[in-house]
Amino acid sequence: MKHCRILKDGVATEVSVAANSVSELETTTLMPATSGTVFGIALNDKSLYAKLEPSFNDKPHVSPPTRPVLHIKTANTHIGNGAAIPAPADGTTIYAGPSIGIVIGKQATRVSEAEALEFVGGYTVVNEVSLAEVSFYRPAVKAKCRDGFCPIGPWVVDAADVANVESLSIVTSVNGEKVHATNTDQLRAGVAELVSYLSSFMTLEAGDLIIAGTPERTEALALKAGDTVSIDIESIGALSNSVVSEA
Amino acid sequence: MKRARILVNGELTDVTVNDNNDAVLADGTVIAEADADWQPPCDGKIFVLAINYADHAAELSFKAPEEPLVFLKAPNTLLGHNKNTYRPDNTDYMHYECELVAVIGKTAKNVSRADAMDYVGSYTVGNDYAIRDYLENYYRPNLRVKSRDTCTPVGPYLVDAADVKDPHNLTLRTYINGELKQEGSTRDLVFNIAYLVEYLSNIMTLEPGDMIFTGTPEGLADVKPGDEIVTEVEGVGRLVNHMISESEYLESLKG
Repeated sequence: MKHCRILKDGVATEVSVAANSVSELETTTLMPATSGTVFGIALNDKSLYAKLEPSFNDKPHVSPPTRPVLHIKTANTHIGNGAAIPAPADGTTIYAGPSIGIVIGKQATRVSEAEALEFVGGYTVVNEVSLAEVSFYRPAVKAKCRDGFCPIGPWVVDAADVANVESLSIVTSVNGEKVHATNTDQLRAGVAELVSYLSSFMTLEAGDLIIAGTPERTEALALKAGDTVSIDIESIGALSNSVVSEA
Repeated sequence: MKRARILVNGELTDVTVNDNNDAVLADGTVIAEADADWQPPCDGKIFVLAINYADHAAELSFKAPEEPLVFLKAPNTLLGHNKNTYRPDNTDYMHYECELVAVIGKTAKNVSRADAMDYVGSYTVGNDYAIRDYLENYYRPNLRVKSRDTCTPVGPYLVDAADVKDPHNLTLRTYINGELKQEGSTRDLVFNIAYLVEYLSNIMTLEPGDMIFTGTPEGLADVKPGDEIVTEVEGVGRLVNHMISESEYLESLKG
C-alpha cells in the first residue's frame, strides 16, 4: 500500500493511494510524503567515500569517521512531488541528491540492528538537493537548508511491499533525459545499521525520515532554473520537481 | 509577559508565568514552579551558534569565525525546566553551555539587519550540553555530541521581546550545585542577534517558534551524575537541570 499527504480544506491529510489513481497523483502537487524530522547521512555512498578517503587522515578531518555522518534537513526544505525547487537567484549551481528515504513506523529508542527493521514503516524517494558539497568539516546548513531543498515523495510505500530494499535501482532524469544511475547497493551503512545507530542516542518518532545516502554531486546532477528533475526508485516511485529561480 | 507550556493531566497546556515563576492556567489556577511539569516552551527549527563569544573561542583554541558557525539540533534533544539529563557512561568530558535563545516571532525571509529585531518575538534560556568524547571532524559539532535525547534543556518560559530592554547586555551565569562556574555577557557576542536573523533568513525562511541559541561564553566545566546545573540569563530566566547516570536514565525509560 502507498500513502501520500495532500492538503484537504487547508489541513494536511494522509490518504492511501489506490493502484488506479497513481497516474492522477503523479500530476498532482502533493505535500511532502512524511511530516517528521528529516536526517540525512553524508559520505554513505561507496564511491564517494572511496574518492575522499585519502583526505580523511589530513586536516581538518585528521582521521576517518567512526560513525555515520549525520545532518538535518529543516522543515523549510521539505516539499512534495510537483512543487518547485527554488534555485538561488544569483545562479549558484544546485545539485540533485537522489536517495531512498527510510520512514520510521513507530517510536524507536536504542533498537538493535537485529530488530531495527521492525521500526521501519516504509520507504520513499528523496531528492536531497544541495549546493556544491565543498566541505564535510562544518555543518552544511548554507548548502543544504535552503527553502525547498528536500523534495520527499510522491508517497510512502509500506515496508512489507518493498522486497530487496538493499538492491533497488535509482535513476535520475533531467528534462526527461537519464543523467545518473545508482543503486541502493552502493550504500555503505544499510537500513538496519542506520536506524539502529540513530536510535542509539536519538529517539526516532513515527514519520521521521532518514535519507540513506546521496552520490557524489557531479555535473550530471547539476540543476538550473527551468529544469525538471525526476528521481525514480525501483518498486517505490518517481519524484518529480521543477526548478525555478528564487524570487 | 512570560509564557510557557506544561503538562496538565498529560496534555500539553499553554500557561502564563507569574512573578513567583509559578505557572498560571487560563482559568487562573496557579501551579507552583516546583510542582509544574515544564515542557520546552516552543516548537521550531533549532539553530545553535558555535564559538560565538570571542573568549570561548580562545578557550577552545579557535579563532573566532568570519561568518556564523551554525549547527542544527533535532527536537528529540529538547527538555523542559527542572528535568533530568543523563551523562553517558564511560565518557570523560560532558559540559553545559549557558545560552540566550532568541525565538522568532513572525515569518522572516531576506530580512535586513536594520529590521531583524522586529522578527524576534521572545527570549528564553538554553543549556546546550556537549559530550566532547564524541566529537568527530565531520559536520562538527556532530549530532552525537549535541543532539542526543535530553541534551538540550530550554526554558522555563518565553519572555516577550518587548520586556527585554537590551538583549545585547545581559549577564549569563552557570552554577553547579550552587557554585558559580561560568559568567559572561551577551555584549561579547561575535555575531549579534540582528546579524544572526539576517544571516539565517538570507538562507531560508524562519518561522514563529524557531530558536536561535546564540552561543556560550568561556567557563566550561565537567558535570557529573548528582549535579544540579542552573543556567541563568539576566532578565530572561533561570533554567534548572539535574544530571543522572546513563543507567538511571535507562531505568527511567522502563517507567
